[in-house]
Amino acid sequence: MNRSETSRSFTMATWLGWQVESNWTDPFLFAIYVVIKPLATAAILVVMYSIITNGDYASPLFPYIYLGNAFYIYVGAVMTGVSWAVIDDREHYKTLKYMYIAPISIPFYWLGRGVSRFLIGTIAVVITVGVGALFFNLPLNLAQVNWGLFFVSLFVGVTMLAMIGLILASLTLMMAQQNFFVGEAVAGALYLFSGAIFPLEVLPAWIRPVGYAMPITYWLELMRRSLIGGVAQAFPTLAEFSNLQLLGILTGLTLLFGIVSVFTFRWCDHRARERGLIDHTTNY
Amino acid sequence: MKANESLVYSSTEKVSGWKLFIKTIVARSYPRIIGQQREKSWIFFEVFMPMLAVSAYVFVYRAIGAPEEYVGFVVIGGAMTAFWMNVLWSMSSQLYWEKEQGNLALYIMAPNSLMAVLLGMALGGMVATALRAAAIVVLGTFLFNVQFTVTSFSQLFAVFLLAMTALYGMGMMSASLFLLLSREAWHISNLAQEPIYLASGFYFPIKSFNFWIAAAASFIPLTLGLDAMRQLIFPSGASLGFLNVTTEISVLIVLCVVFLIGARFLLDYMERLAIREGRITENRR
Repeated sequence: MNRSETSRSFTMATWLGWQVESNWTDPFLFAIYVVIKPLATAAILVVMYSIITNGDYASPLFPYIYLGNAFYIYVGAVMTGVSWAVIDDREHYKTLKYMYIAPISIPFYWLGRGVSRFLIGTIAVVITVGVGALFFNLPLNLAQVNWGLFFVSLFVGVTMLAMIGLILASLTLMMAQQNFFVGEAVAGALYLFSGAIFPLEVLPAWIRPVGYAMPITYWLELMRRSLIGGVAQAFPTLAEFSNLQLLGILTGLTLLFGIVSVFTFRWCDHRARERGLIDHTTNY
Repeated sequence: MKANESLVYSSTEKVSGWKLFIKTIVARSYPRIIGQQREKSWIFFEVFMPMLAVSAYVFVYRAIGAPEEYVGFVVIGGAMTAFWMNVLWSMSSQLYWEKEQGNLALYIMAPNSLMAVLLGMALGGMVATALRAAAIVVLGTFLFNVQFTVTSFSQLFAVFLLAMTALYGMGMMSASLFLLLSREAWHISNLAQEPIYLASGFYFPIKSFNFWIAAAASFIPLTLGLDAMRQLIFPSGASLGFLNVTTEISVLIVLCVVFLIGARFLLDYMERLAIREGRITENRR
Protein backbone atom coordinates (compact mmCIF):
# COMPACT_ATOMS: atom_id res chain seq x y z
CA MET A 1 0.00 0.00 0.00
CA ASN A 2 1.45 3.32 -1.02
CA ARG A 3 0.42 5.75 1.68
CA SER A 4 1.45 9.37 1.73
CA GLU A 5 4.51 10.30 3.78
CA THR A 6 2.44 12.41 6.17
CA SER A 7 -0.17 9.75 6.96
CA ARG A 8 2.54 7.08 7.30
CA SER A 9 4.54 9.28 9.66
CA PHE A 10 1.49 10.12 11.72
CA THR A 11 0.10 6.57 12.11
CA MET A 12 3.46 4.93 12.81
CA ALA A 13 4.30 7.63 15.36
CA THR A 14 0.93 7.05 17.02
CA TRP A 15 1.68 3.33 17.34
CA LEU A 16 5.23 4.03 18.55
CA GLY A 17 4.00 6.61 21.07
CA TRP A 18 1.50 4.15 22.49
CA GLN A 19 4.21 1.51 22.92
CA VAL A 20 6.57 3.98 24.61
CA GLU A 21 3.86 5.19 26.97
CA SER A 22 2.30 1.87 27.88
CA ASN A 23 4.63 -1.10 27.56
CA TRP A 24 6.77 -0.40 30.64
CA THR A 25 4.38 -2.37 32.80
CA ASP A 26 1.38 -4.72 32.64
CA PRO A 27 -2.02 -3.37 31.53
CA PHE A 28 -3.51 -3.43 35.03
CA LEU A 29 -0.77 -1.28 36.59
CA PHE A 30 -0.82 0.96 33.54
CA ALA A 31 -4.58 1.54 34.00
CA ILE A 32 -4.00 2.49 37.65
CA TYR A 33 -1.17 4.81 36.62
CA VAL A 34 -3.39 6.54 34.05
CA VAL A 35 -6.22 7.34 36.49
CA ILE A 36 -4.54 7.94 39.86
CA LYS A 37 -2.68 11.13 38.97
CA PRO A 38 -5.64 13.05 37.50
CA LEU A 39 -7.98 11.81 40.21
CA ALA A 40 -5.56 12.99 42.89
CA THR A 41 -5.38 16.45 41.29
CA ALA A 42 -9.18 16.61 41.18
CA ALA A 43 -9.38 15.38 44.78
CA ILE A 44 -7.06 18.18 45.99
CA LEU A 45 -9.50 20.73 44.55
CA VAL A 46 -12.53 18.87 45.90
CA VAL A 47 -11.06 18.79 49.43
CA MET A 48 -10.09 22.47 49.25
CA TYR A 49 -13.56 23.37 48.03
CA SER A 50 -15.44 21.19 50.51
CA ILE A 51 -13.58 22.36 53.65
CA ILE A 52 -14.31 26.00 52.85
CA THR A 53 -17.90 25.63 51.59
CA ASN A 54 -18.88 22.70 53.83
CA GLY A 55 -19.52 20.57 50.78
CA ASP A 56 -21.80 22.96 48.89
CA TYR A 57 -21.53 21.10 45.58
CA ALA A 58 -24.74 22.73 44.31
CA SER A 59 -22.97 26.07 43.80
CA PRO A 60 -22.17 26.74 40.09
CA LEU A 61 -18.58 27.40 41.13
CA PHE A 62 -17.99 23.70 41.87
CA PRO A 63 -18.73 22.38 38.34
CA TYR A 64 -16.78 25.37 36.98
CA ILE A 65 -13.68 24.32 38.92
CA TYR A 66 -14.15 20.58 38.51
CA LEU A 67 -14.79 20.51 34.76
CA GLY A 68 -12.09 23.09 34.05
CA ASN A 69 -9.58 20.95 35.89
CA ALA A 70 -10.80 17.73 34.23
CA PHE A 71 -10.48 19.05 30.68
CA TYR A 72 -7.17 20.69 31.49
CA ILE A 73 -5.78 17.15 31.53
CA TYR A 74 -5.77 17.42 27.72
CA VAL A 75 -3.50 20.46 27.88
CA GLY A 76 -0.78 18.59 29.75
CA ALA A 77 -1.33 15.45 27.70
CA VAL A 78 -1.47 16.80 24.14
CA MET A 79 0.59 19.97 24.29
CA THR A 80 3.36 18.60 26.48
CA GLY A 81 3.09 15.18 24.80
CA VAL A 82 3.99 16.55 21.38
CA SER A 83 6.94 18.57 22.65
CA TRP A 84 8.17 15.76 24.91
CA ALA A 85 8.73 13.58 21.82
CA VAL A 86 11.79 15.70 21.00
CA ILE A 87 13.31 15.19 24.45
CA ASP A 88 12.47 11.48 24.44
CA ASP A 89 13.99 10.87 21.01
CA ARG A 90 17.02 13.12 21.33
CA GLU A 91 18.09 12.76 24.98
CA HIS A 92 16.64 9.47 26.11
CA TYR A 93 16.52 7.07 23.17
CA LYS A 94 19.04 9.03 21.06
CA THR A 95 17.03 8.27 17.91
CA LEU A 96 16.09 11.74 16.68
CA LYS A 97 18.88 11.77 14.09
CA TYR A 98 17.60 8.47 12.68
CA MET A 99 14.10 9.95 12.43
CA TYR A 100 15.59 12.85 10.51
CA ILE A 101 17.24 10.60 7.94
CA ALA A 102 14.16 8.35 7.58
CA PRO A 103 11.59 9.07 4.84
CA ILE A 104 9.08 10.65 7.23
CA SER A 105 7.60 14.07 7.89
CA ILE A 106 9.01 15.26 11.23
CA PRO A 107 6.09 17.56 12.26
CA PHE A 108 3.55 14.79 11.55
CA TYR A 109 5.76 12.32 13.38
CA TRP A 110 5.73 14.58 16.48
CA LEU A 111 1.97 15.10 16.19
CA GLY A 112 1.53 11.33 16.00
CA ARG A 113 3.57 10.91 19.17
CA GLY A 114 1.06 13.23 20.87
CA VAL A 115 -1.89 11.02 19.92
CA SER A 116 -1.03 8.35 22.47
CA ARG A 117 -0.99 11.00 25.20
CA PHE A 118 -4.37 12.20 23.87
CA LEU A 119 -5.80 8.67 24.22
CA ILE A 120 -4.42 8.31 27.74
CA GLY A 121 -5.73 11.79 28.57
CA THR A 122 -9.18 10.85 27.25
CA ILE A 123 -9.38 7.89 29.64
CA ALA A 124 -8.36 10.18 32.52
CA VAL A 125 -10.89 12.88 31.54
CA VAL A 126 -13.77 10.39 31.22
CA ILE A 127 -13.00 8.82 34.60
CA THR A 128 -12.52 12.19 36.33
CA VAL A 129 -15.81 13.56 34.98
CA GLY A 130 -17.55 10.25 35.78
CA VAL A 131 -16.32 10.32 39.38
CA GLY A 132 -17.53 13.93 39.68
CA ALA A 133 -20.99 12.98 38.41
CA LEU A 134 -21.24 9.89 40.62
CA PHE A 135 -19.81 11.17 43.89
CA PHE A 136 -19.86 14.98 43.89
CA ASN A 137 -23.25 15.84 42.39
CA LEU A 138 -21.70 17.28 39.25
CA PRO A 139 -24.88 18.42 37.40
CA LEU A 140 -24.20 16.33 34.32
CA ASN A 141 -27.26 15.03 32.47
CA LEU A 142 -26.23 13.04 29.40
CA ALA A 143 -29.60 13.66 27.74
CA GLN A 144 -29.14 17.43 28.00
CA VAL A 145 -25.54 17.57 26.85
CA ASN A 146 -25.04 19.55 23.63
CA TRP A 147 -23.10 16.72 21.94
CA GLY A 148 -22.63 18.57 18.66
CA LEU A 149 -20.98 21.53 20.39
CA PHE A 150 -19.03 19.14 22.62
CA PHE A 151 -17.41 17.15 19.82
CA VAL A 152 -16.75 20.16 17.58
CA SER A 153 -15.17 22.08 20.49
CA LEU A 154 -13.17 19.03 21.52
CA PHE A 155 -11.84 18.56 17.98
CA VAL A 156 -10.92 22.22 17.48
CA GLY A 157 -9.48 22.45 21.01
CA VAL A 158 -7.29 19.38 20.69
CA THR A 159 -6.08 20.62 17.29
CA MET A 160 -5.20 23.95 18.92
CA LEU A 161 -3.29 22.16 21.70
CA ALA A 162 -1.43 20.07 19.13
CA MET A 163 -0.42 23.25 17.28
CA ILE A 164 0.89 24.83 20.50
CA GLY A 165 2.66 21.52 21.17
CA LEU A 166 4.31 21.71 17.75
CA ILE A 167 5.54 25.23 18.50
CA LEU A 168 6.98 24.02 21.82
CA ALA A 169 8.55 20.98 20.14
CA SER A 170 10.24 23.27 17.61
CA LEU A 171 11.55 25.53 20.37
CA THR A 172 12.67 22.48 22.37
CA LEU A 173 14.78 21.48 19.38
CA MET A 174 16.78 24.66 19.92
CA MET A 175 17.32 24.17 23.65
CA ALA A 176 19.58 22.02 25.76
CA GLN A 177 19.47 22.43 29.53
CA GLN A 178 16.02 24.02 29.77
CA ASN A 179 14.10 21.69 27.48
CA PHE A 180 12.73 19.50 30.29
CA PHE A 181 10.94 22.45 31.83
CA VAL A 182 9.43 24.12 28.77
CA GLY A 183 6.27 22.05 28.32
CA GLU A 184 5.49 21.92 32.03
CA ALA A 185 6.18 25.62 32.55
CA VAL A 186 3.86 26.61 29.69
CA ALA A 187 1.16 24.19 30.89
CA GLY A 188 1.51 25.55 34.43
CA ALA A 189 1.27 29.16 33.27
CA LEU A 190 -1.80 28.42 31.15
CA TYR A 191 -3.43 26.66 34.14
CA LEU A 192 -3.12 29.91 36.04
CA PHE A 193 -4.00 32.41 33.32
CA SER A 194 -6.75 30.61 31.39
CA GLY A 195 -9.24 30.48 34.25
CA ALA A 196 -9.17 26.69 34.30
CA ILE A 197 -10.00 26.37 37.99
CA PHE A 198 -11.33 29.81 38.91
CA PRO A 199 -13.17 32.56 37.03
CA LEU A 200 -10.83 35.11 35.44
CA GLU A 201 -12.40 37.87 37.59
CA VAL A 202 -10.46 36.50 40.57
CA LEU A 203 -7.17 37.42 38.89
CA PRO A 204 -5.79 40.95 39.34
CA ALA A 205 -7.19 43.20 36.58
CA TRP A 206 -3.79 43.71 34.93
CA ILE A 207 -3.28 39.95 34.38
CA ARG A 208 -6.77 39.23 32.98
CA PRO A 209 -5.94 40.29 29.37
CA VAL A 210 -3.41 37.42 29.27
CA GLY A 211 -6.29 35.03 29.97
CA TYR A 212 -8.46 36.61 27.26
CA ALA A 213 -5.64 36.16 24.73
CA MET A 214 -5.36 32.42 25.46
CA PRO A 215 -7.39 30.07 23.24
CA ILE A 216 -7.63 27.60 26.15
CA THR A 217 -9.86 30.09 28.03
CA TYR A 218 -12.47 29.92 25.25
CA TRP A 219 -12.05 26.20 24.76
CA LEU A 220 -12.66 25.38 28.44
CA GLU A 221 -15.71 27.64 28.48
CA LEU A 222 -17.12 25.81 25.44
CA MET A 223 -16.50 22.42 27.05
CA ARG A 224 -18.31 23.55 30.22
CA ARG A 225 -21.22 25.04 28.28
CA SER A 226 -21.64 21.95 26.11
CA LEU A 227 -21.78 19.66 29.16
CA ILE A 228 -23.65 21.67 31.79
CA GLY A 229 -25.22 24.51 29.78
CA GLY A 230 -26.52 27.41 31.85
CA VAL A 231 -24.50 26.63 34.99
CA ALA A 232 -21.35 27.47 33.10
CA GLN A 233 -22.75 30.86 32.11
CA ALA A 234 -23.26 31.90 35.75
CA PHE A 235 -19.92 33.75 35.68
CA PRO A 236 -19.44 37.07 33.91
CA THR A 237 -16.09 36.17 32.32
CA LEU A 238 -17.38 35.22 28.88
CA ALA A 239 -21.13 35.52 29.50
CA GLU A 240 -21.65 38.11 26.76
CA PHE A 241 -20.35 35.71 24.08
CA SER A 242 -22.68 33.20 22.40
CA ASN A 243 -21.51 29.62 21.79
CA LEU A 244 -21.01 30.41 18.11
CA GLN A 245 -18.90 33.47 18.88
CA LEU A 246 -16.74 31.47 21.28
CA LEU A 247 -16.32 28.73 18.67
CA GLY A 248 -15.40 31.37 16.09
CA ILE A 249 -12.75 32.88 18.37
CA LEU A 250 -11.37 29.42 19.19
CA THR A 251 -11.23 28.43 15.52
CA GLY A 252 -9.56 31.71 14.57
CA LEU A 253 -6.92 31.35 17.29
CA THR A 254 -6.36 27.70 16.31
CA LEU A 255 -5.72 28.75 12.70
CA LEU A 256 -3.37 31.46 13.92
CA PHE A 257 -1.42 29.01 16.09
CA GLY A 258 -1.38 26.55 13.17
CA ILE A 259 0.23 29.13 10.88
CA VAL A 260 2.68 30.19 13.60
CA SER A 261 3.60 26.54 14.24
CA VAL A 262 4.49 25.99 10.55
CA PHE A 263 6.83 28.99 10.47
CA THR A 264 8.28 28.23 13.91
CA PHE A 265 9.04 24.67 12.87
CA ARG A 266 10.70 25.75 9.63
CA TRP A 267 12.87 28.32 11.38
CA CYS A 268 13.83 26.15 14.36
CA ASP A 269 14.44 23.10 12.17
CA HIS A 270 16.77 25.09 9.92
CA ARG A 271 18.65 26.62 12.85
CA ALA A 272 18.93 23.26 14.64
CA ARG A 273 20.41 21.62 11.51
CA GLU A 274 22.74 24.57 11.02
CA ARG A 275 23.98 24.45 14.63
CA GLY A 276 24.19 20.66 14.84
CA LEU A 277 21.49 20.35 17.47
CA ILE A 278 19.60 17.39 16.00
CA ASP A 279 21.72 14.82 17.81
CA HIS A 280 22.81 17.14 20.62
CA THR A 281 22.65 15.37 23.98
CA THR A 282 23.38 16.87 27.37
CA ASN A 283 23.02 13.78 29.61
CA TYR A 284 20.92 15.83 32.04
CA MET B 1 65.45 9.50 30.48
CA LYS B 2 63.43 11.15 33.23
CA ALA B 3 59.70 10.42 33.20
CA ASN B 4 57.23 13.25 32.91
CA GLU B 5 56.20 13.79 36.52
CA SER B 6 52.64 14.73 35.68
CA LEU B 7 52.18 11.29 34.15
CA VAL B 8 53.61 9.40 37.09
CA TYR B 9 51.02 7.89 39.37
CA SER B 10 51.22 9.70 42.64
CA SER B 11 49.91 7.71 45.53
CA THR B 12 47.72 9.55 47.99
CA GLU B 13 47.27 8.87 51.63
CA LYS B 14 45.04 5.85 52.16
CA VAL B 15 41.70 6.90 53.51
CA SER B 16 39.33 4.46 55.13
CA GLY B 17 36.74 4.08 57.86
CA TRP B 18 34.93 7.18 59.10
CA LYS B 19 37.34 9.50 57.31
CA LEU B 20 36.40 7.95 53.97
CA PHE B 21 32.74 8.04 54.95
CA ILE B 22 32.88 11.79 55.71
CA LYS B 23 34.99 12.54 52.61
CA THR B 24 32.43 10.70 50.45
CA ILE B 25 29.57 12.69 51.96
CA VAL B 26 31.37 15.97 51.29
CA ALA B 27 32.38 14.90 47.78
CA ARG B 28 28.85 13.85 46.82
CA SER B 29 27.16 16.88 48.36
CA TYR B 30 29.53 19.29 46.57
CA PRO B 31 27.97 18.93 43.08
CA ARG B 32 24.52 19.20 44.63
CA ILE B 33 25.25 22.50 46.35
CA ILE B 34 27.60 24.10 43.82
CA GLY B 35 26.44 22.41 40.61
CA GLN B 36 22.77 23.16 41.15
CA GLN B 37 23.50 26.87 41.51
CA ARG B 38 25.51 26.99 38.28
CA GLU B 39 22.57 26.29 35.99
CA LYS B 40 20.71 29.56 36.48
CA SER B 41 17.76 28.59 34.29
CA TRP B 42 17.12 25.58 36.53
CA ILE B 43 16.92 27.81 39.60
CA PHE B 44 14.42 29.99 37.78
CA PHE B 45 12.22 27.08 36.68
CA GLU B 46 12.43 25.31 40.06
CA VAL B 47 11.08 28.43 41.77
CA PHE B 48 8.78 29.53 38.96
CA MET B 49 6.91 26.25 38.49
CA PRO B 50 5.90 25.68 42.13
CA MET B 51 4.91 29.38 42.23
CA LEU B 52 2.48 28.79 39.36
CA ALA B 53 0.78 25.99 41.28
CA VAL B 54 0.82 28.05 44.49
CA SER B 55 -0.76 31.02 42.70
CA ALA B 56 -3.45 28.85 41.08
CA TYR B 57 -4.44 27.33 44.44
CA VAL B 58 -4.37 30.73 46.15
CA PHE B 59 -6.80 32.06 43.55
CA VAL B 60 -9.04 29.01 44.03
CA TYR B 61 -9.20 29.77 47.76
CA ARG B 62 -9.95 33.41 46.98
CA ALA B 63 -12.67 32.39 44.49
CA ILE B 64 -14.44 30.30 47.13
CA GLY B 65 -14.01 32.94 49.83
CA ALA B 66 -11.58 31.09 52.13
CA PRO B 67 -10.08 32.85 55.19
CA GLU B 68 -6.71 34.48 54.40
CA GLU B 69 -4.65 32.03 56.50
CA TYR B 70 -5.42 29.35 53.90
CA VAL B 71 -3.39 31.43 51.46
CA GLY B 72 -0.47 31.11 53.88
CA PHE B 73 -1.08 27.35 54.11
CA VAL B 74 -0.77 27.10 50.33
CA VAL B 75 2.45 29.18 50.23
CA ILE B 76 4.12 26.98 52.87
CA GLY B 77 2.83 23.81 51.18
CA GLY B 78 4.10 25.06 47.83
CA ALA B 79 7.56 25.71 49.29
CA MET B 80 7.62 22.18 50.70
CA THR B 81 6.84 20.71 47.27
CA ALA B 82 10.42 21.72 46.35
CA PHE B 83 11.74 19.27 48.96
CA TRP B 84 9.38 16.50 47.89
CA MET B 85 10.37 16.96 44.24
CA ASN B 86 14.03 16.91 45.23
CA VAL B 87 13.63 13.70 47.22
CA LEU B 88 11.62 12.11 44.43
CA TRP B 89 13.73 13.04 41.43
CA SER B 90 17.18 13.61 42.92
CA MET B 91 17.24 11.02 45.70
CA SER B 92 14.85 8.14 45.01
CA SER B 93 15.34 7.93 41.27
CA GLN B 94 18.96 9.11 41.37
CA LEU B 95 20.39 5.60 41.34
CA TYR B 96 18.24 4.86 38.29
CA TRP B 97 19.71 7.92 36.50
CA GLU B 98 23.20 6.84 37.55
CA LYS B 99 22.48 3.41 36.07
CA GLU B 100 21.32 5.06 32.83
CA GLN B 101 24.51 7.13 32.67
CA GLY B 102 26.71 4.15 33.50
CA ASN B 103 27.92 5.62 36.81
CA LEU B 104 26.22 3.19 39.15
CA ALA B 105 28.76 0.44 38.52
CA LEU B 106 31.51 2.94 39.42
CA TYR B 107 29.77 3.76 42.72
CA ILE B 108 29.60 0.06 43.57
CA MET B 109 33.22 -0.57 42.56
CA ALA B 110 34.63 2.37 44.53
CA PRO B 111 35.84 1.59 48.07
CA ASN B 112 33.33 3.97 49.68
CA SER B 113 29.96 3.20 51.18
CA LEU B 114 26.80 3.68 49.09
CA MET B 115 25.16 4.97 52.26
CA ALA B 116 27.71 7.81 52.37
CA VAL B 117 27.03 8.58 48.71
CA LEU B 118 23.31 8.84 49.44
CA LEU B 119 23.91 10.90 52.59
CA GLY B 120 25.99 13.30 50.52
CA MET B 121 23.23 13.58 47.95
CA ALA B 122 20.71 14.17 50.74
CA LEU B 123 22.78 16.83 52.47
CA GLY B 124 23.61 18.67 49.25
CA GLY B 125 20.07 18.36 47.95
CA MET B 126 18.62 19.64 51.21
CA VAL B 127 20.81 22.76 51.23
CA ALA B 128 20.28 23.51 47.53
CA THR B 129 16.53 22.96 47.79
CA ALA B 130 16.27 25.08 50.95
CA LEU B 131 17.35 28.08 48.84
CA ARG B 132 14.56 27.39 46.35
CA ALA B 133 11.97 26.81 49.08
CA ALA B 134 13.01 30.06 50.77
CA ALA B 135 12.59 31.89 47.45
CA ILE B 136 9.06 30.46 47.09
CA VAL B 137 8.13 31.56 50.64
CA VAL B 138 9.54 35.06 50.10
CA LEU B 139 7.83 35.46 46.71
CA GLY B 140 4.54 34.00 47.97
CA THR B 141 4.61 36.24 51.05
CA PHE B 142 5.32 39.29 48.92
CA LEU B 143 2.74 38.51 46.21
CA PHE B 144 -0.11 37.38 48.47
CA ASN B 145 0.62 39.41 51.58
CA VAL B 146 0.92 36.42 53.92
CA GLN B 147 1.15 37.24 57.65
CA PHE B 148 3.26 35.02 59.91
CA THR B 149 3.14 34.88 63.71
CA VAL B 150 5.80 32.48 64.95
CA THR B 151 4.94 31.13 68.40
CA SER B 152 8.19 29.19 68.99
CA PHE B 153 11.30 29.53 66.86
CA SER B 154 13.04 26.66 68.61
CA GLN B 155 10.15 24.26 67.94
CA LEU B 156 9.89 25.50 64.36
CA PHE B 157 13.59 24.85 63.81
CA ALA B 158 13.33 21.41 65.42
CA VAL B 159 10.27 20.47 63.32
CA PHE B 160 11.94 21.56 60.09
CA LEU B 161 15.16 19.73 60.86
CA LEU B 162 13.40 16.54 61.93
CA ALA B 163 11.02 16.61 58.97
CA MET B 164 13.96 17.02 56.59
CA THR B 165 16.00 14.27 58.24
CA ALA B 166 13.07 11.85 58.11
CA LEU B 167 12.16 12.87 54.58
CA TYR B 168 15.66 12.42 53.18
CA GLY B 169 15.99 9.18 55.15
CA MET B 170 12.86 8.03 53.38
CA GLY B 171 14.41 9.16 50.10
CA MET B 172 17.52 7.08 50.82
CA MET B 173 15.35 4.09 51.60
CA SER B 174 13.38 4.39 48.39
CA ALA B 175 16.62 4.97 46.43
CA SER B 176 17.60 1.45 47.37
CA LEU B 177 14.32 0.14 45.91
CA PHE B 178 15.00 2.09 42.72
CA LEU B 179 18.24 0.12 42.35
CA LEU B 180 16.11 -2.70 41.01
CA LEU B 181 13.99 -0.55 38.72
CA SER B 182 14.54 0.42 35.14
CA ARG B 183 12.16 2.21 32.76
CA GLU B 184 9.37 2.09 35.33
CA ALA B 185 11.39 4.30 37.71
CA TRP B 186 10.50 7.47 35.82
CA HIS B 187 6.79 6.60 35.82
CA ILE B 188 6.77 5.70 39.51
CA SER B 189 8.39 9.02 40.44
CA ASN B 190 5.95 10.80 38.18
CA LEU B 191 3.07 9.01 39.88
CA ALA B 192 4.24 9.94 43.38
CA GLN B 193 3.58 13.67 42.98
CA GLU B 194 -0.11 14.67 43.06
CA PRO B 195 -1.27 11.69 45.18
CA ILE B 196 1.30 12.69 47.81
CA TYR B 197 0.30 16.36 47.60
CA LEU B 198 -3.22 15.15 48.34
CA ALA B 199 -2.38 12.67 51.10
CA SER B 200 0.06 14.96 52.91
CA GLY B 201 -2.16 18.04 52.77
CA PHE B 202 0.24 20.28 50.89
CA TYR B 203 -2.56 22.73 50.08
CA PHE B 204 -5.00 22.22 52.96
CA PRO B 205 -4.87 21.19 56.64
CA ILE B 206 -4.52 17.43 57.01
CA LYS B 207 -7.08 17.62 59.81
CA SER B 208 -9.73 17.82 57.05
CA PHE B 209 -9.28 14.07 56.61
CA ASN B 210 -10.65 11.33 58.81
CA PHE B 211 -8.27 10.63 61.77
CA TRP B 212 -7.09 7.25 60.45
CA ILE B 213 -6.47 8.57 56.94
CA ALA B 214 -4.43 11.45 58.39
CA ALA B 215 -2.59 9.00 60.67
CA ALA B 216 -1.74 6.76 57.70
CA ALA B 217 -0.58 9.81 55.70
CA SER B 218 1.73 10.71 58.62
CA PHE B 219 4.03 7.94 57.41
CA ILE B 220 5.26 10.57 54.92
CA PRO B 221 7.34 12.93 57.11
CA LEU B 222 6.18 16.07 55.33
CA THR B 223 2.60 15.46 56.50
CA LEU B 224 3.37 16.06 60.17
CA GLY B 225 6.21 18.46 59.36
CA LEU B 226 3.87 20.72 57.40
CA ASP B 227 1.09 20.42 59.96
CA ALA B 228 3.40 21.34 62.84
CA MET B 229 4.98 24.23 60.92
CA ARG B 230 1.55 25.65 60.09
CA GLN B 231 0.56 25.41 63.75
CA LEU B 232 3.70 27.30 64.73
CA ILE B 233 3.58 30.12 62.19
CA PHE B 234 -0.10 30.96 61.70
CA PRO B 235 -2.37 32.36 64.44
CA SER B 236 -5.21 29.94 63.63
CA GLY B 237 -2.80 27.10 62.80
CA ALA B 238 -3.22 25.37 66.17
CA SER B 239 -6.99 25.10 65.80
CA LEU B 240 -6.53 23.46 62.38
CA GLY B 241 -3.69 21.17 63.48
CA PHE B 242 -3.98 17.39 63.35
CA LEU B 243 -2.06 16.56 66.58
CA ASN B 244 -0.35 18.90 69.02
CA VAL B 245 3.15 20.04 68.07
CA THR B 246 4.94 18.08 70.82
CA THR B 247 3.32 14.81 69.71
CA GLU B 248 4.18 15.57 66.08
CA ILE B 249 7.82 16.23 67.04
CA SER B 250 7.92 12.88 68.88
CA VAL B 251 6.51 11.03 65.87
CA LEU B 252 9.01 12.78 63.58
CA ILE B 253 11.88 11.62 65.81
CA VAL B 254 10.61 8.03 65.51
CA LEU B 255 10.31 8.43 61.72
CA CYS B 256 13.91 9.74 61.53
CA VAL B 257 15.24 6.69 63.36
CA VAL B 258 13.10 4.22 61.40
CA PHE B 259 13.95 5.66 57.98
CA LEU B 260 17.68 6.07 58.58
CA ILE B 261 18.11 2.59 60.01
CA GLY B 262 15.75 1.20 57.35
CA ALA B 263 17.80 2.89 54.63
CA ARG B 264 21.01 1.35 56.00
CA PHE B 265 19.68 -2.21 55.96
CA LEU B 266 17.60 -1.93 52.81
CA LEU B 267 20.50 -0.44 50.89
CA ASP B 268 22.80 -3.31 51.85
CA TYR B 269 20.15 -5.88 50.96
CA MET B 270 19.14 -4.27 47.67
CA GLU B 271 22.75 -3.75 46.61
CA ARG B 272 23.45 -7.46 47.10
CA LEU B 273 20.22 -8.38 45.32
CA ALA B 274 20.92 -6.04 42.41
CA ILE B 275 24.45 -7.45 42.01
CA ARG B 276 23.16 -11.02 42.19
CA GLU B 277 20.44 -10.38 39.60
CA GLY B 278 22.71 -8.34 37.32
CA ARG B 279 20.63 -5.16 37.61
CA ILE B 280 23.53 -2.78 38.22
CA THR B 281 24.48 -2.39 34.58
CA GLU B 282 21.24 -3.34 32.83
CA ASN B 283 19.87 -0.73 30.49
CA ARG B 284 16.24 -1.23 29.48
CA ARG B 285 15.19 2.06 28.02
